[in-house]
Amino acid sequence: MQESTLFIPQISASAITGILWLIPALPIVASGAIALMKQPLRKPAATLAIGSLACSLVLALVAFGHVVAGWAHGAAVRETVNFTWIQVGTAHVDLGWVLDPLAAVMLVMVCFVGLLIFIYSVGYMAHDENFTRFFCFLSLFAGAMLGVVISNSILLLFMCWELVGLTSYLLIGFWYQKPSAAAAAKKAFLTTRVGDVFFLLGIVWLFAQTGTLLFYNAGAGSMEALQLLLLRGTPSHLGLTAAGAIGLLIFAGAAGKSGQLPLHVWLPDAMEGPTPVSALIHAATMVAAGVYLVARVYPLMQVGMPFSAGGGAIGSTTALTVVTWVGASTALFAALIAVAQNDIKRILAYSTISQLGYMMAGLGIGGVAVGMFHLITHAFFKALLFMGAGSVIHGCHDEQDIRRMGGLRAEMRWTFLTYAVGMLALCGFPLFFSGFWSKDAILEAAQGWSVARAPFYMLAGGALLTAFYMTRQVSYVFFGKWRGHGHAHESPAVMTMPLAILAFFAIFLGAIGTPAWPWFRAFLENYDAPVSFAGFAEPDLMTLMLTSSAIVIAGLLLGWWIYGNKSPRPEEQDALEKVMPPVWTVLAHKFYIDELYGVTVIAFYWASAHVADWLDRRVWGGAVAAVAWLFRGFAQLSRLFDVHWVDGSFDKGCEELASGGGLAARVQSGRVQMYLRLLALAVVVLAAILLWSSPR
Amino acid sequence: MATPLAGYLLVAALLFAIGLAGALTRRNAILVLIGIELMLNAANLNLIAFWRYGPHPEALTGMMFAIFSIAVAAAEAAVGLGLVISIHRHTQTVDIDQINRLKG
Repeated sequence: MQESTLFIPQISASAITGILWLIPALPIVASGAIALMKQPLRKPAATLAIGSLACSLVLALVAFGHVVAGWAHGAAVRETVNFTWIQVGTAHVDLGWVLDPLAAVMLVMVCFVGLLIFIYSVGYMAHDENFTRFFCFLSLFAGAMLGVVISNSILLLFMCWELVGLTSYLLIGFWYQKPSAAAAAKKAFLTTRVGDVFFLLGIVWLFAQTGTLLFYNAGAGSMEALQLLLLRGTPSHLGLTAAGAIGLLIFAGAAGKSGQLPLHVWLPDAMEGPTPVSALIHAATMVAAGVYLVARVYPLMQVGMPFSAGGGAIGSTTALTVVTWVGASTALFAALIAVAQNDIKRILAYSTISQLGYMMAGLGIGGVAVGMFHLITHAFFKALLFMGAGSVIHGCHDEQDIRRMGGLRAEMRWTFLTYAVGMLALCGFPLFFSGFWSKDAILEAAQGWSVARAPFYMLAGGALLTAFYMTRQVSYVFFGKWRGHGHAHESPAVMTMPLAILAFFAIFLGAIGTPAWPWFRAFLENYDAPVSFAGFAEPDLMTLMLTSSAIVIAGLLLGWWIYGNKSPRPEEQDALEKVMPPVWTVLAHKFYIDELYGVTVIAFYWASAHVADWLDRRVWGGAVAAVAWLFRGFAQLSRLFDVHWVDGSFDKGCEELASGGGLAARVQSGRVQMYLRLLALAVVVLAAILLWSSPR
Repeated sequence: MATPLAGYLLVAALLFAIGLAGALTRRNAILVLIGIELMLNAANLNLIAFWRYGPHPEALTGMMFAIFSIAVAAAEAAVGLGLVISIHRHTQTVDIDQINRLKG
């Protein structure tokens, strides 16, 4: 790989960077406004959501143009706007945003694909009564993702990241009346939460080590040379440097969001959401966030990479090695599962997981540009495929089982044509489709990886399987005879138009990253990219391109040979199932990962919950009850004391006083003569006393 | 009992006792007042007797004392009779057993 040119940070921000915050703010504000709208205001809601994202797209294009102009003049653009959010004593929490090639590319992609999905949603959700709520969430989702993209502070990134998690929860569970959708939403939220805990640990550690939350801050940010040197020099546990350990923690968060191997289980279930949501999650926002995060903290993961004298990498860092292995295993693993699925969206979901594995592996082996290129091309053709699948589902009256479709190429001409383009792009069909170039770049990097050869074979195997299962799906859906109920119909233009636009990009986007004109890589890594067809002439590259073409074509032919133009009855066993029943069963059950989690993690939590419940009820509850009982006893005692002792004696005293008073009152009879008698008696008594006591 | 003083004192004591008995036993408020007057006069008699047979009979102190006492008693009797009349107006009776409302 090539060592990237050092970026020279630019302090002075241009006008577009100054208002960069508007890009995520517009959809978020629109979402807030839509939240206040009443249910019947469908048109204003959709208009507001689409309009705000369109404005964001315009701003994103301006920002992109600014960065491209800077690059064309040979100056790497990295403009930041930072500000202090909270100041406590000398400690301060900084937020900020950044405009660099990475962010600019992502901004345009998210806005553009998001906008098409928004438009498509108008058609897809036309009959849903919660139309306005849908657009509210959708806007928030896009805004949160745009926030992730422009963040220059890892804290701001984390906030937006969590907002993405929240909105994905809301959207996957959009049809919350369905128990399966509600469960899928919870599963997605909790599974990504596992990764997020590690991510948060990574953030705290990074902050503790570097004392800054900012990525780029005129040389003092955590992704800049000075801090990276310090991080590299700090040893950590298990022989890792602090940089490596923090990188791995952050990667765990990315793996959760991007559905990498141990945490992929939520992604297929997320298909319970409406199809535009699946498209958004799988293409533009949620899963891309994980890959983007790794690309954003790439300097951290890369630090300490040994380079040979010629500039090529010899070996890799621990963090990047882990990223590569996880990515490559995910790519192969998910492709295997996808072969044995029958739900049109589930196949695409596993293909997304598989492609995300490619991106991660691409980042791990080949660097930011390789992984990001596949992310961008994938965003286009995967959005295309999902929206095509949505169109098919829409046309087949909400049927999702590919065995109950068939022969749709005649009824749904536009959907078929665009879907075929998306499928060939996903498979990486040679030369004409963007997926070929981006996947080829990853394979090329993997072939030259100095650490191990296995990832290359895993990724190549994944490519073969991808071609195979996509052929299976397409022949089930679009070829053969119609096996469903009712009559299939083509979707309205508001749905097919975005498909056509995406199909255009799925084909031609590859042009910016061919070996002849590696513009994308040059743009991200800041060097000049002249057009030269000499790039093709390198024998290694030539061999690789031929190999990968052969793999893809083999997969396509194999799929066509087994499934092509046949119309098996829905009840019939799958062609592969007849040949290898045990293997098929394992694949159809997704390697029993869910079941494995069920008997390990879930069972463990279940048991812990029961133990905690028992402890709560018996031990702590018992202790509390005992204390309560004790105090009730005390209270009873003091009550007795009070009633019988204090009150009793008081009452007795009062009684005595009252009776004494009564006695005294009886003398006070009001009879004058009685008073006189007493007076006389008293005089006599006094006289007697004086008489007897006086000394004689 | 040889001196005439004793005789006077006995008469005075008798008078006082009669007055006291009257004041204590009569129901009629006016008769009670009369009893009180008797007791007062018994006291006056004592004053005169002790003065006349005392060490300085030439000074008129005892007589002055008695005249004062009689004057005060007259005023007191006027007040007392006035009270009786107003009580009679109020309650239509002078039976002091009936007039028992002056109590706590």
